[in-house]
Amino acid sequence: MTHEDGAQDTVLRLTGITKRFGALTANDDISFGLARGEVVALLGENGAGKTTLMNILFGHYTADAGTVEVFGRALPPGQPGAALAAGVGMVHQHFTLADNLTVLENILLGTRPLWAPGLGRAAARQRVAQLSRDFGLAVHPDARVGALSVGERQRVEILKALYRDARILILDEPTAVLTPQETEALFETLRRAVAQGLSVIFISHKLHEVTAISSRVLVLRHGRLVGEVATARTDRHRLAEMMVGAEISAPAPSVARPGAVLLELDGVETEAQGNATGLRGVNLALRAGQITGLAGVSGNGQGALADLLSGLAAPSAGRMTLGGAEVADWSPRAAVAAGIGRIPEDRHRTGTIADFTLTENAVLESYARQPVSRRGWMDRAEARRRAEAIIAAYDVRCPGPETRIRLLSGGNMQKLILGRVLEAAPSIILANQPVRGLDIGAVTYVQERLIAARDAGAAVLLISEDLDEVLALSDEIRVISEGRLSPAFPRGSRSPAELGQWMAGHGFDDAA
Amino acid sequence: MRLEPIAAPTPARRLGLPALALAATVVLASGLSMLAGADPLATFGQILQGAAGSKFALLETLNRATPLIFTGLAVAVAFRAKLWNIGAEAQLYAGALVTVVIGTQTGLPGPLAIPAMALAAVVAGGLVLLGPVLLKVRLGVDEVVTTLLLNFIMALFISYLLEGPLKDPMGMGWPKSPALPRDARLPRIVEGLRLHWGFVLALICALGVWVMQTRTTLGYEIRATGLNPQAARFAGIPVGRVLVKTALISGGLAALAGFSEVAGLKGNLTADLSPGFGYTGIIVAMLALLHPLGVVVSALFVAGIFVGADSMSRAAEVPSYIADILLAAALLFMVLAILLTRVRVVRG
Amino acid sequence: MTEIVEILLSASFWAAVLRIASPLIFATMGELICERAGVLNLGIEGIMVMGAFAGWMAVYAGLGLWPGVLFALLAGMAFGAVHAVLTVPFGLSQHVVGLGITLLATSSTYYAYRLSLPEVTSPPRIEPFQPLEWPLLERIPVVGEALAAQTALTWLAFAVVVVVALVLYRTPLGLALRAAGENPQAVESQGLSVTAIRMGAVIAGSGLMAVGGAFLTMSAFSSFFFEMVNGRGWICIALVVFGAWKPGKALLGALLFAGFDALQIRLQQTGLGQIVPYQVFLMIPYVLSILALVLMSRRAEVPAALMTPFNRGDR
Repeated sequence: MTHEDGAQDTVLRLTGITKRFGALTANDDISFGLARGEVVALLGENGAGKTTLMNILFGHYTADAGTVEVFGRALPPGQPGAALAAGVGMVHQHFTLADNLTVLENILLGTRPLWAPGLGRAAARQRVAQLSRDFGLAVHPDARVGALSVGERQRVEILKALYRDARILILDEPTAVLTPQETEALFETLRRAVAQGLSVIFISHKLHEVTAISSRVLVLRHGRLVGEVATARTDRHRLAEMMVGAEISAPAPSVARPGAVLLELDGVETEAQGNATGLRGVNLALRAGQITGLAGVSGNGQGALADLLSGLAAPSAGRMTLGGAEVADWSPRAAVAAGIGRIPEDRHRTGTIADFTLTENAVLESYARQPVSRRGWMDRAEARRRAEAIIAAYDVRCPGPETRIRLLSGGNMQKLILGRVLEAAPSIILANQPVRGLDIGAVTYVQERLIAARDAGAAVLLISEDLDEVLALSDEIRVISEGRLSPAFPRGSRSPAELGQWMAGHGFDDAA
Repeated sequence: MRLEPIAAPTPARRLGLPALALAATVVLASGLSMLAGADPLATFGQILQGAAGSKFALLETLNRATPLIFTGLAVAVAFRAKLWNIGAEAQLYAGALVTVVIGTQTGLPGPLAIPAMALAAVVAGGLVLLGPVLLKVRLGVDEVVTTLLLNFIMALFISYLLEGPLKDPMGMGWPKSPALPRDARLPRIVEGLRLHWGFVLALICALGVWVMQTRTTLGYEIRATGLNPQAARFAGIPVGRVLVKTALISGGLAALAGFSEVAGLKGNLTADLSPGFGYTGIIVAMLALLHPLGVVVSALFVAGIFVGADSMSRAAEVPSYIADILLAAALLFMVLAILLTRVRVVRG
Repeated sequence: MTEIVEILLSASFWAAVLRIASPLIFATMGELICERAGVLNLGIEGIMVMGAFAGWMAVYAGLGLWPGVLFALLAGMAFGAVHAVLTVPFGLSQHVVGLGITLLATSSTYYAYRLSLPEVTSPPRIEPFQPLEWPLLERIPVVGEALAAQTALTWLAFAVVVVVALVLYRTPLGLALRAAGENPQAVESQGLSVTAIRMGAVIAGSGLMAVGGAFLTMSAFSSFFFEMVNGRGWICIALVVFGAWKPGKALLGALLFAGFDALQIRLQQTGLGQIVPYQVFLMIPYVLSILALVLMSRRAEVPAALMTPFNRGDR
């Protein structure tokens, strides 16, 4: 099977892959091949169908049509076991590790027949140590996975695949959780793998990474393969155009006119919640008429800051002042009453109640007050009027206000949340990943609304893991790293590379 | 295999599958009665006859349904908030206990005693559930096990009282409480017919719960908490307080079953006051899909099966436990059928 | 006080502890396996009732003791299979299904009892398991005597703990089971079937629960009564929590619990029993179970995916 002539050798071929979820066609007749020893980038927006395609390749999903061939043999559909046996390894975006097991146990899982009498730990430990050295993947084999950092977990995921002699490695958005430095280490590992004849599919929507690591780029848009180019013969701008299908026109905010400080944090600390980082001595001032962008690698305290401003958590030390008065009794309801509009990170789990109607979701934050309710009695007509007003004013596409919100697309769901928040005319807006997973039209819409709210005098805190988004929208930028905040950087005063240094934790006074 | 949601289920699917579940239950019942050497059709006939074949039978069914409406409502209210109250049995006995204590010990005149007993029962039942709910809210202790265990503790407590402080001195040594005075009992709705006002109270409660769930902020909060506590908390709904209120209502409703059985039917408290009304309430509520008005219908259905099966087993060789099997099976068939109206099974 | 010391030093007390613990050990191990794989099995109480009946009935029908245990095991597995099908591939509420299985198993048992023995007023007795003969053991005071008083089923209960612990921590199967209860995606992405592992765990666990029930009729009471399980299943669920989902600690919990139970039975016979009503003693096991839950509540070692259904291809 193995030929010595290298890169021209096709190790994987997808033919005519089509997959539908209800009315949505996630993958539409996609075909491509992968050669030995190459890194192919699969580029596309959120929702373009990249993950679905890879889940079909790996056997998590069954395609409605099409075939997958590995080393010339057709893979039986819907069997991750068959994909693994054929030499396909996948590093999932959401790690598939059991926190209660050790690194070694996670690697061993599924590698021996279930009814085998023992685990063969000793031999496995040696082999893992060898792989760690060969590929630059340092991790302690007997550590409990639950105690590992995100970067270490990713190394375990890669080791899992290598341990099974994967010849084809799929990495789904592997850099989303890494610092620029960790990303460089990952790329080094991938280069070593390729040098040993492995082939890599690298899924991303970050253009600079794609151009840095891949030799070929496949572009997916709305479930279709819309372009295939050698990385050397293209540039970021052209890739971006292919990805979104048009000249990208990120909304360009006008010059901000910052006003009074509406919210101030002074030396605020919050307690760490399990694996989530808490805040450490955070000073922050949000001003009227200004967008403050919070940049940082995921999991560095963004959640803690969002929880604090949402009212879900209170400071364990330090002062939080709202409109000059120190906050005492802090809760989500108090936050809403204080004029904080909150767009949560997870619109499905936190922002809406899936089995509630649009009407019921529209009044989630106002149901307890007049005029939606009086003395404990709901005014359902009033609630419905509010929902209808939001649906009309925010272009929420839906069958009607009495539809369950679970039937809406992510973009329309987000528009309803946006309407719910903005209709209350908040003086402070917390926008936590407000456009993640939305299509480009919805992204522009949400961003324009946030800018309009700023122009109307609101103080906006924009939290995003997408540095480009932060750079485009923010009047000033703060970087968060391990629960600490950088100084405020005015728009245009720092390059992405400089911000990357801060994201990696360099520059903080107490940096270890 | 895996499950795939159906966006718009057809009416045939929505009605056909639950009908199929009922049919499956009937087939199972036929098999069971044949196992006992009886003709299934005759068995069904006898059950139907025993449940609704005469005025007496019908009244018996309504009487049996009364506590089941209360416990069914108690479970339905709690399960809406995903509060797994499996302790309706204990709450029922708590209600029965304070009913007897107030009715026999305070000497209140009837018109005062009856509302006092009912009110005290509601409070007592609510308090019994309050403990497990506070443990759940404060410490994260699973309420399924604590409410279940409280049933056993309550049964022993009642047994102690009936053999000790509450024992009827005129009871010929039987462990039972003294009887309520005549004027502290719930009157019959129609003189001469064996059906008391507890039944009407149960209907009013069902209506009240329905109004609460659909028209009030508390109902909205309860549903939000049950469907997605994380989103509810984010929106500012005080999830812990909502669960406590739910517990007080749920426990209170279950306790009214005890009040109604003592003050309307039995007149005194014995250790076998409830043949598992608290547990059967779970089936009643689930068959009604937790809808408070549906609870009335399903309580009547469940009561009919029990009363009918009792009467049937006196005549035929089929043990009356067939009723319990049928209801348990109907519950399992029904939850599966309801699921399959929303999803389809696909290969791969 | 001296009475308590006397009790604690008597061989009969320790013999009782082991006897009372045995059914709890079987059923607790059964529940532990289910929960480790991610499924809460509230069918436990009913399955124990059914196991108690099935084993006893098999012996009464002339099958012999060990075939009777096997029969109870198979009957438990059958009900476990129903639970598994409904909760694993169909992902139905484990609360509702579990309670439904308890009601179904209990009522089916009573129905079968009435059908098979229509005329009897008091249930017939069977010849139960006898204590194993140990020529030397019984000469060791207290401990040896207590051990020598045990039947093969008690020894089996302890063996089950060892086997469960070995399988969980030393074999690929145990690894997969523990992973299935923590993160089913981890199992799926390594090419294993979450559905098969979870169903297998529920079926095997249910079998053990039924054997726990069978212990009551075949090694303790020699006969079958309604209400004989009397909440032991629910107590076992508390014991799993108390044992932090670990076989060794759960065993310890069961022994501790049985110790209190054996003690309260004996205390009823003492001066204390004259003052305190016997119901208070009988309450102790249930109160202790609730206390155990409260004490352990702060230590969150619960399998992360417990009660979370897994559906392949969910997005």
